[in-house]
Amino acid sequence: MNDMTPDGYTTEDGRKIGAVVMEMRNITLRFGGVVAIQDISFDIREGEIRAIIGPNGAGKSSMLNVISGFYHPQEGEVWYKGAKRPTMKPYEVAQQGIARTFQNIALFEGMTVLDNVMTGRIRQMSAGLLSQAIWKGKAEREEVENREVVEKIIDFLEIQHIRKTPVGRLPYGLKKRVELARALAAEPSILLLDEPMAGMNVEEKEDMSRFILDVNDEFGTTIALIEHDMGVVMDLSDRVVVMDYGKKIGDGSPDEVRQNQAVIDAYLGVAHD
Amino acid sequence: MPEQFIWGMEVFLNGLMAGVLYALVALGFVLIFKASGIFNFAQGVLALFAALTLVGIMEGQVPFSHLINAVFGTDVHYFGWNVPALGAILLTMVVMVALAWAVNQFIFRHLVGQEPIILFMATIGLAYFLEGFGDMMWGSDIKKLDVGLPQGINSAIDEVTYNIFGYGFFIDNLDLWATLVAALLVIALVLFAQFSKHGRAMRAVADDHQAALSVGISLKFIWVMVWSLAGFVALVAGIMWGTKSGVQFSLSLIALKALPVLMLGGFTSIPGAIVGGLIIGVGEKLFEFLIGAPYLGGATEIWFAYVLALVFLVFRPQGLFGEKIIERV
Repeated sequence: MNDMTPDGYTTEDGRKIGAVVMEMRNITLRFGGVVAIQDISFDIREGEIRAIIGPNGAGKSSMLNVISGFYHPQEGEVWYKGAKRPTMKPYEVAQQGIARTFQNIALFEGMTVLDNVMTGRIRQMSAGLLSQAIWKGKAEREEVENREVVEKIIDFLEIQHIRKTPVGRLPYGLKKRVELARALAAEPSILLLDEPMAGMNVEEKEDMSRFILDVNDEFGTTIALIEHDMGVVMDLSDRVVVMDYGKKIGDGSPDEVRQNQAVIDAYLGVAHD
Repeated sequence: MPEQFIWGMEVFLNGLMAGVLYALVALGFVLIFKASGIFNFAQGVLALFAALTLVGIMEGQVPFSHLINAVFGTDVHYFGWNVPALGAILLTMVVMVALAWAVNQFIFRHLVGQEPIILFMATIGLAYFLEGFGDMMWGSDIKKLDVGLPQGINSAIDEVTYNIFGYGFFIDNLDLWATLVAALLVIALVLFAQFSKHGRAMRAVADDHQAALSVGISLKFIWVMVWSLAGFVALVAGIMWGTKSGVQFSLSLIALKALPVLMLGGFTSIPGAIVGGLIIGVGEKLFEFLIGAPYLGGATEIWFAYVLALVFLVFRPQGLFGEKIIERV
């Protein structure tokens, strides 16, 4: 990553990465006496796949929750699209165009796959209550238009065959994919993935990796993901932040991070002599 | 055709009509339960409050007149104008939306994530508060409500059945209207929940709060919307019951009849509330006619619904249309 400029850089495989979309500045998050995140800064650029990795308990999920507004840091600033973001509720963050998935999957179990993905379109639908109540004009038009987008995404992620199945009946791997579809339906500026491959077998992991790459490639979606499986992350991402015990111990391209002594120590353990 | 059979048919039809009114109240319960998991004990009082407000506005009653007179020594009771029914209904709806907002703002916003039993207790408190508040605002005398719905025997049905059976059925016009309104209401609600953005958001919130937040749904907005909808259903139920038997405080007790309806239909199903209401309505009327009055000394209508619900609880606890609870091991 020698050619990093304010406007962006070019990846090894020749993709153009744009300017900074989101910047975390000196974020500190405490739960009582426990410091979950300590003075961490990094940025996310347009079109890139940005990974946050680290061993268990490093504070990765906390960081994702800060970005998506579920946690509010005691110190530090979140900058989004060139402006400092005020303290926001999670739904307001979502309305700004930041979509996310959850480590433990948070889908609407009683609703069908199609309905679940449609909820992702809420930001794009603006018809008033009255129009919806009589289902005429704008409400009807919107419903049809958004349904088309959703069908496209469902096709793209290869879940057509379960469109009408209630989510509660699906196996784990498919649920993860439905959750990705719902997040993607929002056409987010930033897509946050919380351990997208947790609990999957090798084959499912390969599928998921392929989908993440395809999404980035096809829609140009900026993706920030958390993983603790080093191998997967290194193959997927353009730049990696490494966390350990709430601190940032590395930041750079997968190759740079791999050679970072602090990172090696955190992952492999270090001899205390 | 034997007389007994013809009378039975008339009883059956009247049972259906009574069932529709039960279903109207049960519908309000289902709406709130589906969207927030709260069993709203105050639904009956909500209907009472809506009816009181409607009468008050129509007759140009001064709200809190007793309080005002007692404090200031004045003697005001009426503004001296009458509001036409349609305008009064719209104004009442505005009051119900304001009430929905207040209920969320002052009660349920502070109880997010609490146990269902705590939320349930809060609705009991709300029920008592609203009953007192309604009394203070509009007075406790029995009021006549007439929004222009036709009442009395439907002569067309009387005539037709007389020509066929030689015996004219007594079907009340008001019951027919109630049936029509309830049918329209249910169709509209089901369509709204299934095929609109806010309907979908409503179901999403009921399913998972965290996930709903993450796709950009404001819980507060959805809850106010749901309580407003419940207020609207309560208003419709209040109009029907109020026209039938006068607006009085025993109206809040009809909520109790909605309980067996819900146990039959399932707490989460809108069509279930309707079918449950019809079964209870027909069941209690037919039982009274066939078994109760001749053999048991009558007045079985008071307890029949509860016994039926009890039997259902034993054999099908989720109700006819409720979501089956499957615990994955």
